[in-house]
Amino acid sequence: METPNSHIQTHSIDPSKLSFGATKTRLEDEDICLQVNNLQLYYGQKRALNNVNMVVPRKRVTAFIGPSGCGKSTLLRCFNRMNDLVDGVRIEGEIKLDGEDINERNIDISALRRRVGMVFQRPNPFPKTIYENVAYGLRLQGINKRHILDERVEWALKSAALWDEVSGRLHESAMGLSGGQQQRLVIARAVAIKPEVLLLDEPASALDPISTLKIEELIYELKSDYTIVIVTHNMQQAARVSDYTAFMYMGDLIEFGATDKLFTNPEKKQTEDYITGRYG
Amino acid sequence: MKSKFTNWWQSGSPWIWLNAGAVSASIIVVFGLLLLIAMRGMGHFWPADIQQIEYQTEDGVKRIIGEHISTEFIGRIRYEESGGKAPEGALEVERRLIKTGNREILGTDFRWLDAQHIKSTDAPKHLAVIEREEWGNFYGYLNTVSEQQQVVATGGAAWSELLKRIERVRDLRAEIHTLERGEIGAINYSLERLRLKRKMLALEGDDTPDNLAAISGEEKVLDQRYQHLRKQLLVLKTEINRDQASFEVMDGRVVNISLANIISALQPNSMGVADKLFQYFHNFKNFMLDDPREANTEGGVFPAIFGTVMMVLLMSILVTPMGVIAALYLREYARQGTMIRIIRIAVNNLAGVPSIVYGVFGLGFFVYFLGGNIDRLFFPEAAPAPVFGTPGLLWASLTLSLLTLPVVIVSTEEGLARIPSALREGSLALGATKFETIWKVVLPMASPAIMTGLILAIARAAGEVAPLMLVGVVKLAPELPLDENFPFMHVERKFMHLGFHIYDVGFQSPNVEAARPLVYATAFLLVMVIVLLNITAIMLRNRLREKFKAFEH
Repeated sequence: METPNSHIQTHSIDPSKLSFGATKTRLEDEDICLQVNNLQLYYGQKRALNNVNMVVPRKRVTAFIGPSGCGKSTLLRCFNRMNDLVDGVRIEGEIKLDGEDINERNIDISALRRRVGMVFQRPNPFPKTIYENVAYGLRLQGINKRHILDERVEWALKSAALWDEVSGRLHESAMGLSGGQQQRLVIARAVAIKPEVLLLDEPASALDPISTLKIEELIYELKSDYTIVIVTHNMQQAARVSDYTAFMYMGDLIEFGATDKLFTNPEKKQTEDYITGRYG
Repeated sequence: MKSKFTNWWQSGSPWIWLNAGAVSASIIVVFGLLLLIAMRGMGHFWPADIQQIEYQTEDGVKRIIGEHISTEFIGRIRYEESGGKAPEGALEVERRLIKTGNREILGTDFRWLDAQHIKSTDAPKHLAVIEREEWGNFYGYLNTVSEQQQVVATGGAAWSELLKRIERVRDLRAEIHTLERGEIGAINYSLERLRLKRKMLALEGDDTPDNLAAISGEEKVLDQRYQHLRKQLLVLKTEINRDQASFEVMDGRVVNISLANIISALQPNSMGVADKLFQYFHNFKNFMLDDPREANTEGGVFPAIFGTVMMVLLMSILVTPMGVIAALYLREYARQGTMIRIIRIAVNNLAGVPSIVYGVFGLGFFVYFLGGNIDRLFFPEAAPAPVFGTPGLLWASLTLSLLTLPVVIVSTEEGLARIPSALREGSLALGATKFETIWKVVLPMASPAIMTGLILAIARAAGEVAPLMLVGVVKLAPELPLDENFPFMHVERKFMHLGFHIYDVGFQSPNVEAARPLVYATAFLLVMVIVLLNITAIMLRNRLREKFKAFEH
């Protein structure tokens, strides 16, 4: 057992649930955050997700792996309904966030997206100052008081392990940061509005190895507070950071289970072929 | 030999030469045009020497006084057909155009002289040129300056006395101007409003004795103030007419001119280059800041500059939101389908509609339909005189904003298309609605593109004349559309415009020779105004670009 890193201000954590690493966790014992039932997704006529059933445990890191175009990003984007932006998308089945179906027509999508934050493949900070980037989501909620914003921005930047690097230039343009810093800034931006779930869509694929390492450390630290779902191409990364892993292939969820089991002793042959590098 | 040419052809250098040639041609044309306009127009303000010419005519030698404007050579045959007799063996004959001024005495201000009959040319130091309120320039020798028929200065002392008294007249004229335009103007404006108020009361059946008495009371107060001011004005008018100067003109006659009619007096022949340079900039400044006189052929063009700038600013204020909102709908909200494609084609084609067609539309729709209805609904008391149902600044700006709308829409759409979808997704993923995303992320990033559209719109609108003639421009506007009378902006008023001024001075003026340099000078000013407006917009855009720079992967 490790103690949480001191500069992350954790909020109301049950110490008994703190468990780091993928050891001795059984899916049956987990508190379920997201539940996916019979999910089908079509782009026009083309079916992109085929009858997906899975759960995402709370305050754990769940990784989606699989070859390009297998539907892992599509599935991830179902969790905050980002697929709504694509013309001609049709979704069947249900996704329950804390027992509530988010595919309901009359759900408040903005509220959903405040609960389910997302970080994209390439860093996409707004062309504003570092401070305003982090404060963006807060201002959207009508939080405009200076001292509250200051506090939350500092807290978010510390959570994203970026504070030490940018505390002296909060009011400079975010476009002047390096790629890795920008990606951590985007994570801080997502964290600032205190979501329950963080969706990370290949967050390190556009970064150099050192920045990648920092992001991975960050994920490791964030999971004590957030349910994290990460899409990655990199199987070593999935093995390093995640507690649970889902392997997807051609729109099907082939196998889902504890990471150490999936990587050491996969049940399905397709999974084994993929992780041993026979295709993909 | 052939292979050498083929090699050269295939190397691509002909292309480079062609491109470079095209660019140089464009640059030469632009600068050549500006240079021509500037030279022709700006020469007008130089205080040229006044010549005294001994000229042989059939009635003997005559004295001619004036400014040498230009020289031309005409063919012998044409010259002889018009009654002259060319010297032996000459193929061409030289003629000089002399501005003799003194229109009320000589009938014309300009005169062609045959160079062969000119006996001598001289530039006496004491020759004076007088700029006048009426009748154009005056040339002659100053004899005496008198006050109420009493001579106060003659000979050498007269000139300095004249200048001193012109200074006094100038102050008086300024006082009269502020009195007439300022206070009396304000009283007239208030009286007109009271008249309309009385009519309004009658229309609404509210014309109780009490209400009418209140209006009459106000009118009485205003009238008393007016009578008081009129007395002041009368005093000033007698004061300004106090002094006179007498001059000897070229045919020896002596002419008296009231100083009230004199704007300035110069002896250019005795001025050094530095003095002349100073006078040159002074003249140019007056041209920009004065009101026009004498059917626009004298004085300045200030109301035209002001009208042009006002119209362009108002147009910008109207066209930017319209264009941006239309582009936002087309690019962000509408479903991209056949319908949108058709609309887009229509918008692009709108840019190709001749501008006079917009003028006709503006007259029919804005002026007669919209303006007429506004008058019927909101200004019944002004009838039968129209308020908005007549061409004016607002309708001209609206018509031009329609004309430039396609430019703004197209350029804003291009700007919106360039904004990466990653940024929109980033904003949406933080819980922003589509509107919040557009308002806080997309629009600021598209602002340089919007400014580009606006720059193109300004360039097009400021140069348009044809549609304006139908919807608001006039030859001479008595009042500026902006003054100190509430509500300060009078967008229903007619206005003057530099482009129309060029047309008016150049083609509608009775005095062609006098107008010609003004046409060039006004054209030059118009170009300068457009350049200035554009530079302002470009600087604004560059600042925005700097702010929203990057987002490059």
